[in-house]
Order: sequence, then C-alpha cells, then structure tokens
Amino acid sequence: MGRNVAVVGVGHSRYGVRSDVNIGELAWESIKKALEDANLEQKDIEYFIVSSVGGWSSEYLPAVVIGEYSGLTPKGTARVEAACASGSAAVKLAYEMVSSGTVDIAMAVGLEKMNESPTPVVVEFIGRAGNYFWEFHNFGLTFPGYYALYATAYMDKYGATEEDFCKVAVKNHYYGARNPKAHFQREVTIEKCMTSRYIAWPLKLYDCSPITDGSSAVILASEEVAKKLTDSPVWIEAVGEASDTANLSKRDDFTYLRAARLAAEKAYKKAGLMDGYNMYKYFDVAEVHDCFTIAEVLAYEDLRFAEPGKGIELVRNEETYIGGKIPVNLSGGLKAKGHPIGATGVGMVAELTNQLLQRVEKDRQAPIKNGRALAHNVGGTGHYAYVTILSLSKPNGGV
Amino acid sequence: MSREEKKTQKDMFDEQMRQFESFVENMKESIGLPTFPDMKTGVLQWYDQRWITTRFIISVEGIKEFFDKLLDGKFVTTKCRKCGELYFPPQKDCPKCMASDMEWVELSREGTLLTFTQINVKPYSFAHYDDYIVGIVRLPEGVSITAWVRADDPSKLKIGSKMRLEIVKRDPEKYVTYEWVPVE
Repeated sequence: MGRNVAVVGVGHSRYGVRSDVNIGELAWESIKKALEDANLEQKDIEYFIVSSVGGWSSEYLPAVVIGEYSGLTPKGTARVEAACASGSAAVKLAYEMVSSGTVDIAMAVGLEKMNESPTPVVVEFIGRAGNYFWEFHNFGLTFPGYYALYATAYMDKYGATEEDFCKVAVKNHYYGARNPKAHFQREVTIEKCMTSRYIAWPLKLYDCSPITDGSSAVILASEEVAKKLTDSPVWIEAVGEASDTANLSKRDDFTYLRAARLAAEKAYKKAGLMDGYNMYKYFDVAEVHDCFTIAEVLAYEDLRFAEPGKGIELVRNEETYIGGKIPVNLSGGLKAKGHPIGATGVGMVAELTNQLLQRVEKDRQAPIKNGRALAHNVGGTGHYAYVTILSLSKPNGGV
Repeated sequence: MSREEKKTQKDMFDEQMRQFESFVENMKESIGLPTFPDMKTGVLQWYDQRWITTRFIISVEGIKEFFDKLLDGKFVTTKCRKCGELYFPPQKDCPKCMASDMEWVELSREGTLLTFTQINVKPYSFAHYDDYIVGIVRLPEGVSITAWVRADDPSKLKIGSKMRLEIVKRDPEKYVTYEWVPVE
C-alpha cells in the first residue's frame, strides 16, 4: 500500500466562452490560485501533468506552453488524454506519483479551449470520440448521438420520459445559477427544456452540456508535506478506473455504463465501502459526469446510489438537491458549470475539495456530516471511467 | 422546395463562415492586422492566418475481404479458426487465443434493433445530409452492427423490432456501404 496523499491546493477558472484569454493565460488563472491556496511556489512542484484533449485549439503541445507561461519550466511534464475523463486521469497519475514516493508534490492541470474553433468543427471532433472508421466515418455519429443511444434504450426499458431528463437540467441550472464560475448562471424551466430543439433525438439542446473553455488545477502532496502545509488537508481516499470498447456495437446493454460501474466498484472496494444500492449514505456530496442529462441518471445507478432503473426516481423525487438523499452537481455540473473536456475532472476535485472544506457559496454548500465526497468522471461514452473518493479523514493503512 | 434548393446545415455554416471571413478580411485591410472584436464581448481576437485540412489514409489491407465481398453483395466478417470467436467489425488478429488465423464467414442479414437515435445537429463533414437515423442491430450470431436506418421519424421506430441489412451506394460520396431497413 502506498503513502497517503492529500489535496493541498486547488484552483478553478471561470468556465464559459473565454475569448478574453489565450491558453497560457487561462491555465495560469487556475495554477496561480492553486499555488496560493497551497502556499507553494512553482519550484516546489516536482512534476505537473496536463490533461487536455485538444484538436479544436491552436496549441498542439499544451503542457509545455502552460509550463512556460506559468513558470513551471523545467519541471517534468506530460499531457494525458482520457477523453472527457482526462482530468481524472491526470489526478490519478499525480496521485500515484505521490503515493508511490516518486515525488512529494505533484500538480494536475486541466485545460480546454474549445471555442477557438467554430461549433460544427467541434461537433466533428467530438463525434470522432468512438471508433473513427466504423462509427463516425460511415455513419456520422455525434457525441450527443452516442448518449442518445443510451437515452433511447433507458427510456424503453424503464419508462423514463424526456421530461424526466429535463428535470436533471433544471436542477443543474439551479445550482449553476448560484456558482459564479459556471458557464450558465441562469435557471431554466422544464418548459424551456422541453421546447428546445432536438440535437440528437431524444436529446434536446437543454439535455446537453455546452462547448466550454476553462481550466482547473490541484496540487497533491504526501502526508508528511501536507501536514506542514495545511491544517485542513483533503485526502484522496481511493481512485477506481476502468475502460470499455471503442465501438458501442461491441456492448450488449445500453442502460448502464460498464466502465463506470467497474470504476465505482473498484473505488468502493479500496475505500472499504459497500452497502448495496445505498452507497449515497457514505457521501455528503457528489459531482457526476452529466455531459447529457441521461448520463447523470446512469451515474446514480452505476454508482449504486439507486438500483438499475430507479435512478430516474431520484430525479423525480428531487433527491439529489441539497436536503435530499445526496446532493449531486452543486457546481451546476457539466450541464451548467460547463464541460471544458480536459479540465472537467480536475475541476470536480477542486469543487469537492471546496465543498468538504465548506468554502463554496452558501446557497450551494452541501451540509458536511460524513466528511466524504465522490467524483464520477466518464470519458467518451463510457469509454473511460474514473471514480475518485475524497475524505476529510486520513485513509487507513498510510504512513 | 426541391432537394436541390433546400439549404443544408453545411450551406448555412459555409455562408456564416464566408460572411465572417469577409468581415475579418475588411478589418485586416483597414488596420493591417487580422484582429477583430469578439461579437458578443468586444474582446480582441486574432484570426488564424494558417489553416489545415486533414484527411487520413487508413490501412484496410488486413480486412480487404470485407470490402471485396461487400462489392459482391455479401456481408462478411472474421471468425477465428482456432477458438471460434466471431468479430464485428472484422479484425485480422484474435487477441482471445493469440492466433491470426481468421476465416471469412457470411453474416445473417436480419437482426433486432437494440437502440437508435436521429442525428439532428450534424458534424461538418455530414452537414450536407438531411437528419439521419443511426441504429445498432443485434444479429442472431451475437454480434451487433451500427449503421443508418432507412426511416424518417425516430418516434415511429421500436426497440426490439426486426431490421434487414441492405448493401447500398452512399450518395453523394458514391461508395458502397450498408444500412438497416425496417422489416414491415
């Protein structure tokens, strides 16, 4: 078993259409905050991992561009890609570097500047996030289209409706309206969602996360270093990860994401948590991967917050607002906070660290009782999945 | 309106881009730089003076039989001679038993619709098409095939319904591919 690892500093840019900054400037917004939060300087960071998917933006080697702009050169670095879960992959790799003793302090930086390209080009890039030849080239699937395949199957099997899915959008916009860092800081109504145009039937505009620019950064440190830096470390208790086939046609069930289920099981096992489909009991708050409203419902079930087919009831009964069984996506989620692909997973860890330390805006702060939070980050259409558990209590078995 | 006169998403996007580019060209001529204020916020943007268009060259040598047979009106895939594993899409190697000894077998042409969607907002390279429906169909052999479904209204399709595979020539690109047709 490795060393205990703590989050000792976080930074999170404002998400949105960030035409006001270039890639280096955007990354610096988060890196500067994270360094200040941890009370560290660039020279203290031993390695930084950059999560960014790119293609739609100008800098082909974002890690070194960010390093140069932020004064992190000549520290070791690399860019990682796990589609929309790239950020969690970066956190996981930084965690492993610290846990294994390779370094004492590592940084994960997530960045995406999607609006450097026009929308149809971005749609083109994300549509290629599957199997290029057998899915995209011949049949022109889009990213909303892949999740629509799941929505159609889920609705057919469990009787969920388009209106049910819109309720997820209403909740996430409700909290996005209370998050000054969110892309969409306004509430929406069921009616507005229901009357929005189809993007990929049965998913409508308001079922979809936007094309967002943003950055986020977290600094991880070993227990020994963390103790010197802060009185309030947030520990990474466990990370679970898994993958699934590139071709969706190789999967036999479109009502759950196998990779997310496996990642959750792995994380729960590492943390020693298991209680059937009542896993929400262990957590005060969760950030889940709601790139589309259907994805949030699948997340409830894959995380065992609800039995298969019952996730939609958590939505109908408003159990994932503050005061319900488990508040989910109090940041606004990908849906309203926005989804700058490579930044998303790092941003989830930054948000949950702030939630556990009770330093987010009052009207979207979860009551902290268990001292534990969960990030669920999916790449592609369940191609990659990472589940990260954060805790105010020091994990067992460490130094 | 006839099909020829109807504006596709590609036409609309190309028109927007032409307008945008002529705006930036005018700015460049008047001030000497390809800079312009962002339409919404007024912050200064630089319009890239370099561009790339990319098309990939993909090897199909290992599965060329698939295309040869498709041209003969047959729909085939690979089956491992050693362990019997059936693959779709076809592949040259069997990671299950580590052999690379495949036979080509014909697949049945009818299956069951597992799930489907209609693509309304299209990627740029598909923006010249009308909205199209994509479905995944399970064959009795246990493999599934993703393809377009020949239908107009997704709300009339049912999961579990029977689909028949047809080999077709795709317009306007004029290459042979396959699609699902609902069985009445």
